[in-house]
Amino acid sequence: MSSTKRSPWLLLVSLLVYGFLYAPIIVLIVFSFNASRTNVMFEGIVNQGPCGPFYWYCQLFRNRDVLDATRNTLVIALTSTIISTIIGTMAALALQRFDFFGKRASETALYFPIVTPEIVMGIGILVLFSAAFGWLNSLLALAPAQRLTMGLGTVIISHIAFSIPFVTLVVRARLHGFDNRLEEAAMDLGANELITFRKVTLPLIAPGVLAGAMLAFTLSLDDFIITFFTTGPGATTLPIYVYGLLRRVVTPEVNALSTIWILVVLVVVGISQWFQTRE
Amino acid sequence: MAEYAVELRNVWKRFPGPGNEAVTAVKDVSLKIADGEFFALLGPSGCGKTTSLRMIAGFELPSEGEIFLHGRPMGKTPPYQRPINTVFQSYALFPHMTIGENIAFGLQMKKIDKQETRRRVGEALEMVRLTGYERRRPKQLSGGQQQRIALARALVNRPEVLLLDEPLGALDLKLRKEMQLELKKLQREVGITFIFVTHDQEEALTMSDRIAVMEGGVALQVGNANDIYEHPTCRFVADFIGDTNFLVGTIGVQEPHQARVELAGGVGLWAHTPQPVRQGQPVTVTVRPEKMHIRPTATDVNVLTGRVSDIVYIGTDTHYGVTLSGGQRIRVREQNYSVESRLLAREGEMVNVRFSIEAARVLTE
Repeated sequence: MSSTKRSPWLLLVSLLVYGFLYAPIIVLIVFSFNASRTNVMFEGIVNQGPCGPFYWYCQLFRNRDVLDATRNTLVIALTSTIISTIIGTMAALALQRFDFFGKRASETALYFPIVTPEIVMGIGILVLFSAAFGWLNSLLALAPAQRLTMGLGTVIISHIAFSIPFVTLVVRARLHGFDNRLEEAAMDLGANELITFRKVTLPLIAPGVLAGAMLAFTLSLDDFIITFFTTGPGATTLPIYVYGLLRRVVTPEVNALSTIWILVVLVVVGISQWFQTRE
Repeated sequence: MAEYAVELRNVWKRFPGPGNEAVTAVKDVSLKIADGEFFALLGPSGCGKTTSLRMIAGFELPSEGEIFLHGRPMGKTPPYQRPINTVFQSYALFPHMTIGENIAFGLQMKKIDKQETRRRVGEALEMVRLTGYERRRPKQLSGGQQQRIALARALVNRPEVLLLDEPLGALDLKLRKEMQLELKKLQREVGITFIFVTHDQEEALTMSDRIAVMEGGVALQVGNANDIYEHPTCRFVADFIGDTNFLVGTIGVQEPHQARVELAGGVGLWAHTPQPVRQGQPVTVTVRPEKMHIRPTATDVNVLTGRVSDIVYIGTDTHYGVTLSGGQRIRVREQNYSVESRLLAREGEMVNVRFSIEAARVLTE
């Protein structure tokens, strides 16, 4: 209803910005239906085999490597999300309610990894794991087959580590203005600490906890750099797999995989947003 | 040994303050609160009244001393194991539950069966005159209604003691007056010991059987409204409860329970001495404005002369500000009990201010 006259340039600039942001995604999706095996020219919509235009998507599901990478990615994302959400929420609650020596320092230290370049974190974690494993392997004199190596475990641990600050940040935001008297009221009415947490605290902070969990999940799902440094044989994730494919030839299979991925992330982010804005 | 509903025996509470210094919130407080009593902890903010209440509830543990509930030492008993319930200042109703669920919470914790719970929730709502509100959410209720739900949620558990932390603080004046009388009536009906915290002296005088006046973590005086108002034991209590005049002087001639107090400017007065004093001791005399008169009455032994500096007419009373010859300023309140009440003096006029020995009280602290 605004009667202010807007410059048509404003609209043009906006369209250009959005176009530049979304054009690659649209091109990516369109090329996932390409009849050609390359991503250079669009040669019409593929129509091959029982899947028709979804030929490349079907190819994807026949590819053992893709299925393995998908499974690894989901195992890592789910495990690290659950653990980092629990630890991150606990940290947020502790920072909210207790005053202790070094509270500000530990809070800053907790959020610091968010602004640390991921490559630095990745190298750091790699060095830490190799040193620790080398020392433990020789200390325990483990046989070659029993030796601690990089793999699914190390990826999960590092994903938990980088997700915690994000979860804490989101839960802290939700806890802002949380009335501690509500917990006291529950205890006053006969609920012990555990029941108070379950029946009063958790239901009230649940939207923040779920939003934090969704954020941790998406971060884990598309992490490349830290995973690249901490992965090992048999622990290839989707981002690592796609990177590997790109070094050879970019087939529409990669586009199909990316399209599915965008959809998954979109849904997760959407749920996260919904929880965060809900009362 | 008499058994009290609640007894505080030499209770101290220290909190870690900024730096390494401890802040003492409650200093050696001893109180005995009888069964079925409506007891008020009255004092300005930061006087330790809320901390005392929180220690009775079990949210804070005393640094020293012991709290007894019907003779049982509470020690480190957590709040959920004390047969005490609290009405919080902000009500602290659970926003994610309905009114019915809020009230039923305590009963559920006691594992009382569903039918009995429903019956008692209904009774509690009836008691606070909010029948039919079970399904609503706290946010849909007005402040006064939320306050009554908080009361119902606490009383439904039939506690031995009910604690109320500034329960009427968030209500507007008219509603507060209504709720004061309603609370008092409710307390008589249920017969439960009520301990309530307030900074509003009028509220404390209106509602409570007995009052503990607190200041700086110390319980200065404990007594009923009349004791506190007419027989204050220290300057703070005399000043905090109602209006009063303070006259500073030194003790002169003494008689049993009364003494001559010499004021500045060569004048003096006779005052009641509740505590022993010695000659030459500097003291403060308190005289309530309504107990001083400009018009002559029979019992007046004390007569002070001064000049009227200001006159305020407030309908029921007229207040006269009088500057004594020694420079001390006092206020005199004359009641306008007759339709023909006229001013008894004009501004600038010299008047005699009269009062009895009993009206003047020597305070040594």
